[in-house]
Amino acid sequence: MNFINIFNQQVVPVSSIPLLNYNSFFETICLLVENHPERHCVLYFGYKENISIHLICCIADDNEHNIKVTSSVINENSVLHSLTVVNLSFEKFEREIHENFKVNYSDHPWLKPVRYAEDRADKSKTIANYPFYSIDSEELHEVGVGPVHAGIIEPGHFRFVCNGEQILHLEIQLGYQHRGVEQLFLEKTKLIQRTILAESIAGDSVIGHTSAFAFLMESLSGLMPDRELLFSRTLAQELERIAIHTGDLSAICTDVAYQLGSSVFGRLRTPVINFFQEWCGNRLSKGLIRTGYNPFPFNRALADRLNTILDAFEPDFIEMNSELAKLPSSLSRFERTGMLSNEQLLSIGTVGMSARMNALNRDIRVSHPYGLYNEFKHEPVIKHHGDVYSRVQIRKQEVIQSISYIRQLLSQIPHSQALPQPQPQPSILKPDSFAISLTEGWRGEICHGCVTNETGEMLIYKIKDPSFHNWLALALAVRNNEISDFPVCNKSFDLSYCGHDL
Amino acid sequence: MVSLALIILSSIFFTGVILQTKSITSGRKGPGILQPVKDVIRLFKKGSIYSETTSVIFTIAPVISFASVIMACLVIPFGSWKGIISFDGDFIFFAYILALGKFFSIIAAMDTGSSFEGMGASREALYSMFVEPAFFILIGSFALLTGNTSFYNIFSTLHLGSSITYTLGGMASFVLIMIAMIENSRMPVDDPKTHLELTMIHEVMILDNSGFDLGLILSTGYIKFAMYGTLIANFYIGGLSFLWAFPVFLLVQLLFAVIVGLMESFMARFRMSHNPQFILVLSSVSFLIFLGVLLVLEKFV
Repeated sequence: MNFINIFNQQVVPVSSIPLLNYNSFFETICLLVENHPERHCVLYFGYKENISIHLICCIADDNEHNIKVTSSVINENSVLHSLTVVNLSFEKFEREIHENFKVNYSDHPWLKPVRYAEDRADKSKTIANYPFYSIDSEELHEVGVGPVHAGIIEPGHFRFVCNGEQILHLEIQLGYQHRGVEQLFLEKTKLIQRTILAESIAGDSVIGHTSAFAFLMESLSGLMPDRELLFSRTLAQELERIAIHTGDLSAICTDVAYQLGSSVFGRLRTPVINFFQEWCGNRLSKGLIRTGYNPFPFNRALADRLNTILDAFEPDFIEMNSELAKLPSSLSRFERTGMLSNEQLLSIGTVGMSARMNALNRDIRVSHPYGLYNEFKHEPVIKHHGDVYSRVQIRKQEVIQSISYIRQLLSQIPHSQALPQPQPQPSILKPDSFAISLTEGWRGEICHGCVTNETGEMLIYKIKDPSFHNWLALALAVRNNEISDFPVCNKSFDLSYCGHDL
Repeated sequence: MVSLALIILSSIFFTGVILQTKSITSGRKGPGILQPVKDVIRLFKKGSIYSETTSVIFTIAPVISFASVIMACLVIPFGSWKGIISFDGDFIFFAYILALGKFFSIIAAMDTGSSFEGMGASREALYSMFVEPAFFILIGSFALLTGNTSFYNIFSTLHLGSSITYTLGGMASFVLIMIAMIENSRMPVDDPKTHLELTMIHEVMILDNSGFDLGLILSTGYIKFAMYGTLIANFYIGGLSFLWAFPVFLLVQLLFAVIVGLMESFMARFRMSHNPQFILVLSSVSFLIFLGVLLVLEKFV
């Protein structure tokens, strides 16, 4: 075997991962992904060991519910064949490896660095003098948006090439939010420091990222999360999904200037977000998830409160959605705007909600279940048009689905200890191990991976936010659309800048 | 004189009523109907900042567009009271003095050299161009109906008597409301509340204006709205005495503002590519009015 099969949150010794030379590594991955739409690469990264670079590639199989891991060792400055030529979804991983280790790919179509302008080592090359893709034409014009935007969003630069009102090409330049999170994980050795870091990866996916981190740390230190812990993480994840999806619906309505939808969805989001404040003292749910114990056990009183909130939420939410679906002016903005075909989504490796908008069934809750998702018989919401309206409908249906899951969870609250007991710090991670943890945040699959050395210290901590791949989906979706429809396309994806930039 | 005073008076509360309506429909208390005026007063107290790339055109454009709207107001009558100036063919003067102001705001936007403002300017120019035939066919039809070519004479001799002329009055109000919405860059053609440059039309053209200039541009918008409201009111107050005409005028202005507010609350903005289609529809409604006038005058052969 050229690869091993592992499960979500399973720990394996690094030595058990087959170590191939690059050519057979390349062949193995090609064989794994070619003609297998159910398999996609969840993590492909390199880390330095002495002078050589260790590559690990993890390919998740949605049908077999396992993850196929293989590895290789290459030298710095080597020139390799690019997997992107075979499967486009590797393009960003390879660009990242190129950026970090100066590995060159002889046949990669576009080795644009991911987070820096051109060469990260060369400080003279900044985004200010970065040569954007341009077209030499009298008729076409370029529009640059950002990095400082009019709204309260994060920094990123969008360079459009337009023919009048029509977008021909969009180049997205990110990296303004790069904080070196992965490096900080290695530098900060205390568990609490790392937990705070995980909470800060993306402010709108605190539960998704922190639970991916916590599950990973628990696996690596041999702790078994009890039912109470799984319960609170699953509940929090679904609540986060409701809150952010509703907020996004509000923002989408704002972008098409539909005031009623904007204010009603905005009002509906607030009590859900505020419930986190009641539960754990923070509206963004920071502090709720800790490795090995639950600092804020869920109880009957909180459950009654949440039931009241959801009972008030659900009818208004459904009514507002049916109003939105009946309004001709909003439908004319949503339908056939920002469309992507199933083939495009598959080829660029889109994950999560953005994949499910056009018949690409990728949902970690089904394919690699964790927490209490095994008990739900979860059926992902799938749409078939790939336009803004599909993304609106997915949000609506996922919110309703999440409410039913929460009701189901609330009917059987596990008994918890009277007072939360912080477990002894799992300071020692299993040495020479590799583990991967996948969770389904509201945006899609969140992947954290970790490799430890012989003393149990982290060699690398690798994070992949769903936005990593999905930004390319946005760039493709807006082609041939009107430039004035870009904001609503962008909001309907609602991708993370800081989750991408790390 | 009466009409100018009334236009200024109603411009004070007009935009405030729109905002208040929108606030109430979205479940908020609203800032009060005088807030827009307070904003303008605040801006008048501030200095302006000019970008280094702009020239004298950018500096004078807000004043010219303000002056053009005031000039346009001069020809508008109030029922049986003449405007300050009135002459044959003054509705053509009205349309083109407004176009002059718009021309200056468009070239001022181009003057900044920003890609956004150029985009907004091109949209504004396109829509203004489409609006023009609707306005001229509309007023031209009423000129034909009454046999006069000045606003004062048209409105003072216009008597909505039979059912067909009521229909004409209703359709004319619809076209004028829509023209006012387009000229003032409101919904459903433009979204005045958006913060996204790419979707803006009028807002994006004034991104570089600040302080006094911005205050002037905002007050131009308020007066323009009230001016169109007065034009609509004129259809209904033709033969009335002042005691009746004044409340009817206020009612029409108020109703107009509330309609604008409701429209902006309960629908989404049109897709940009649908806007020209929508504006052309106004021309065809105007053409229907023209056919109606021919019918009334029995000019069909």
